Amino acid sequence: MQTQELERIASQVRRDILRMVHGCQSGHPGGSLGCTDLLVALFFNEMKLNQSADNKVNFTLSGAGEDLFYLSNGHISPLLYSILARRGYFEVSELSSFRKINSRLQGHPTPHEHLEGIRIASGSLGQGLSVSIGSAQAKKILKDESTVYCLMGDGEQNEGQVWEAAMYAPHHKVDNLIAFIDENGQQIDGPTKKVMNNRSLEAKYQAFGWDVLKMNGNDMQNIMDTLKIAKAKLGKGSPIMILMQTEMGAGVDFMMGSHKWHGVAPNDQQLADALAQLNETLGDY
Amino acid sequence: MALFTYETKKDTRSGFGAGMEYLSQNNPKVVALCADLIGSLKLEAFIKNSPDRFFQTGIAEANMIGISAGLAVSGLIPYATTFANFGTGRVYDQIRQSVAYSGTNVKICCSHAGLTLGEDGATHQILEDIGLMKMLPGMVVINPCDYNQTKAATIAIADYEGPVYLRFGRPVVPVFTPENQIFKIGQAINLVEGSDVSIFATGHLVWEAILAVEILKEKGINAELINIHTIKPLDNQAVLTSVSKTRCVVTAEEHQINGGLGDSIAQLLAQTNPTPIEFVGVNDSFGESGKPSDLMDKYGLNANSIVEKTLKVISRK
Repeated sequence: MQTQELERIASQVRRDILRMVHGCQSGHPGGSLGCTDLLVALFFNEMKLNQSADNKVNFTLSGAGEDLFYLSNGHISPLLYSILARRGYFEVSELSSFRKINSRLQGHPTPHEHLEGIRIASGSLGQGLSVSIGSAQAKKILKDESTVYCLMGDGEQNEGQVWEAAMYAPHHKVDNLIAFIDENGQQIDGPTKKVMNNRSLEAKYQAFGWDVLKMNGNDMQNIMDTLKIAKAKLGKGSPIMILMQTEMGAGVDFMMGSHKWHGVAPNDQQLADALAQLNETLGDY
Repeated sequence: MALFTYETKKDTRSGFGAGMEYLSQNNPKVVALCADLIGSLKLEAFIKNSPDRFFQTGIAEANMIGISAGLAVSGLIPYATTFANFGTGRVYDQIRQSVAYSGTNVKICCSHAGLTLGEDGATHQILEDIGLMKMLPGMVVINPCDYNQTKAATIAIADYEGPVYLRFGRPVVPVFTPENQIFKIGQAINLVEGSDVSIFATGHLVWEAILAVEILKEKGINAELINIHTIKPLDNQAVLTSVSKTRCVVTAEEHQINGGLGDSIAQLLAQTNPTPIEFVGVNDSFGESGKPSDLMDKYGLNANSIVEKTLKVISRK
């Protein structure tokens, strides 16, 4: 898919995120908007997904024979739900049920409600990298040569379990795994540098034995180029970490550059102002 | 005359090891993980037979639970193993989110549960694990009583689709259940029929309950003894059938009274057939260092305590 086409999809996904969060006056727009470009690139271009003859995605829980994506920072669920719906896992009309009663689109993703595309619950932070490693190791045992992707937040790096997983993956040569950290520099209580300084994640992950790349997570072309480099590193004995610089709230000027939109819903006027900045490319749900 | 005889005493964790050895040869989907306690979990034979299906996680139990969940999503049957303290309490949130809520087919198998861990003391003697695990929706909780039953349970849970907590221990106890038995999850085993009291025991306390039944017999009391190896799902029918006959209950477990097997049975009876009940278990305290048998005596987890509680509960009928 061409970069321009992916950017068109990203614009619609950002509209979905804003409308979902506005619709229930709850949820996390900041990180969702910041990671939109990456997930569009993965699901619409990079990942090998099981599809039927008519190009419809064919979801199975085990994901045998296909690339898998695990969202560790589950609070950016509006992004994942929009991506899954737009990719055809379920009807886009279901996005309107986000965070409402009797919905499959829970506040944080879960397979408990049997939503196509979700394989594990996340929300309580720090667990997704471990799950991704296990899934990647299972693929090796089962002689399945596809790739496992995992996205974490930078605030999430505060969690101790992340570093247990960081130590484990290179030790066990889990080299069919590409992980990402959304380095937007923000967490709930403020800038990560003030709340709990991660210092150099590059130096840390390198010291643990990861092959570390960096990219601009809000530049579609840069994402595509970096993913190409990352894929060429698969199967060479080391897990791959891509540190992704993003802007929380990317795509909406008044939401960018602050942690204030981490978990706050826009009001009617703010929604209108935000949507005015994003083209409706695929039709709103 | 002895109700049950035995030729050897063995540790239940060795029964787990034997079950794992069987699975290494008979179920290619089973994988094992351990957090730096291979010897204590008796995993040597599994690792020798299936080195590619074993994952050493180091002393990192949270990661072990997460990896197990990922292995399960992709279609394998992971057995995550460590001491009961580190495999439940330390990683409760990981189990709650990545295993129970996610419904992943992970078997959490833990040794050194309870006071009988002994000299290491209270930091390692978890007495709350049954309660922690049974509160999680969908979690199966199993506490077998001897080597043979633990081996059978280890093998049986591979064929059950869903999260399981399997609890066993370190001390040697009489091996009195049949070799090569078929283990049925959730099906209580009636060991002794009686009419005066129902004794429901689990884990290491089952043998103590057998000794208690013998003592009670000498006193002219016919106790019924049921081995509740599966605490959740509880065999409600077995409990209610027995109680309708005996009309009083003693429960026995190597666990806190709060949150344990006795709790589950009391809840069932309170709802359906209110019955006098006495509890043999640890009464809201931590353990301490000491020889396992000395600890069991000090904290009242033995045959004499079961006898004492039985006499008391019969007087309450």
